Amino acid sequence: MKKNRHVGAHIGALVASILILAPFAWLVITSIAGQTDLLARPLRWWPEHVTLSRYREIFSGAAGGVAAQFRSAMVNSLVVAAGTVLISVSVGIFGGYALARLRFPLRRVTLLSFLVTYMLPPIVLIIPLYLLMARFGLLDTKLGLVIVYCSLATPFALWTMNNFFGSLPVELEEAARVDGCSRLGALIRIILPLARPGIVATVLFVFLLCWDEFLYALIFTSTSDAKTIPVAIAEFTGRNAVDFGLIAAGGVLAAVPPVLLAVVLQRHLLSGLTAGALKA
Amino acid sequence: MTGFLRRGRVALLAYALLVPAALVVFGVVLYPAGRALVISFFDVDSPFPGAYPFVGLKNYADILTGARFWTAAQHTLYFTLASTTLEVVLGLGLAHLLAAPIRLRWLFRGIVILPWALPTIVNGAMWRWILNAEYGALNALLTQLHVQGDYRSWLGSDPFVALNMVVVADVWKNTSLVAFFLLAGLQTIPGDLLEAARIDGAGPVRAFLRVTLPMLRPTLAAVLVLRIIEAFKVFDIIYVMTGGGPAGGTQTVTFLTYLQAFSAERFSYGAALAYVTVVAILLLALIYLRLLRQQELSVS
Repeated sequence: MKKNRHVGAHIGALVASILILAPFAWLVITSIAGQTDLLARPLRWWPEHVTLSRYREIFSGAAGGVAAQFRSAMVNSLVVAAGTVLISVSVGIFGGYALARLRFPLRRVTLLSFLVTYMLPPIVLIIPLYLLMARFGLLDTKLGLVIVYCSLATPFALWTMNNFFGSLPVELEEAARVDGCSRLGALIRIILPLARPGIVATVLFVFLLCWDEFLYALIFTSTSDAKTIPVAIAEFTGRNAVDFGLIAAGGVLAAVPPVLLAVVLQRHLLSGLTAGALKA
Repeated sequence: MTGFLRRGRVALLAYALLVPAALVVFGVVLYPAGRALVISFFDVDSPFPGAYPFVGLKNYADILTGARFWTAAQHTLYFTLASTTLEVVLGLGLAHLLAAPIRLRWLFRGIVILPWALPTIVNGAMWRWILNAEYGALNALLTQLHVQGDYRSWLGSDPFVALNMVVVADVWKNTSLVAFFLLAGLQTIPGDLLEAARIDGAGPVRAFLRVTLPMLRPTLAAVLVLRIIEAFKVFDIIYVMTGGGPAGGTQTVTFLTYLQAFSAERFSYGAALAYVTVVAILLLALIYLRLLRQQELSVS
């Protein structure tokens, strides 16, 4: 009986893996298949001509070309995501600690008002923000995107850090304070090291949020100065005469940083979700 | 007196710690949110500053009496219901598989993370390519298996088929996040509870219905609300897969807002539309808080 269930679980996991991997595998195959293979009918599932030319083009293609635009978009995405992670996770740590550990008037209201901003759809803010950014010369700059993304990511960072600090035992901190640590000292010396899994999970979530964001980037950027990878990919997909292979190669490369991070930090991801789920 | 002072000092520290976060968030959000509300009562039809006529609630009246909004609302509702239902049902199954003591479990978990980490736009572009009418892999697969006689257009002819294909792409991506959320919830259920149910003679189905499901209720509620809010705001996957077509058949409310504001330059109409979405989302959130409150009461 028990053995049968395990066989069932193995079969289920196998089927799920195939359903998950098949579309992505097709994206990878497309990115290395020759153009004639892609347009063949009946379709050959494994290409006759395998080529890495598109990847080579993206990494070293001449400036101004489509491939070079992918490259600069990747760099822009990395810079914007890194800047946002740095700012929103650090302010999230301090704010989250205050919300979780300190008793002060309007604590609940403060937390709720941060969360309400998460429910505001970006489409509400985007029209006045566009006009505002135009006035301050922030349109089509990476700095402008970082500022906007921080406002998206910080409520989220606050929420997860608040939950994570809340799940740590108070006694440790109290012991440290009896030993003469100030509150801030206890936060930095005792709590932060303990909260590392929560911080890592928050970094991961915020990074993915930035890497994935599309609507703001679409409206606020227009050249390779600030255009991010989702905007670049959407643009090429929308054009009429498309090179499917090049889009696929760009898509695969765009998937590499988030997928690698998520797979490597798997364990933290789960503990981050647990903290969130327990409190939610 | 010293207690009072100490409490004051703690509150001061708390506010000091929260100020950076508040600046970063409300410094960006507050003015545009208010400004958009103001714009929605005027008739602003260009991005340049100027004097625009005040029209009161006219934009809202136009939205609620116009057919376009209700069509878009139907698409949004269908997309939200179909994708969240499928994601939660499939996610529950997937969560159990993730929790099962199988071989190579780390590998399986790594595979399940993949769609979640894949950027939405890449996901949309990937499915658009798979569903391509002339060269797509789905057409090739179905004709080679003799399920269908000839290639067909999945995204370009029948609006309802196209909308369902967008749902498929969304479910493929987001089921894994739901599954990991539910896995986190599953792990908080004490093993002896299920053991006790088994000793009492409950089969796996009964144990699931009587023990697992009630214990998962808070996690399920949280996941549902998160997914519903996200699905309500859906934009990017539609932008890249169908561009709202065919014949506007996959236009959601956010997509309609985007078109009105940035293609037609009807900024006021767009701002009013956006606020209609906000009201819908706030209502959902209130229902959720209500449910939570009831749960807390029934637990304590």
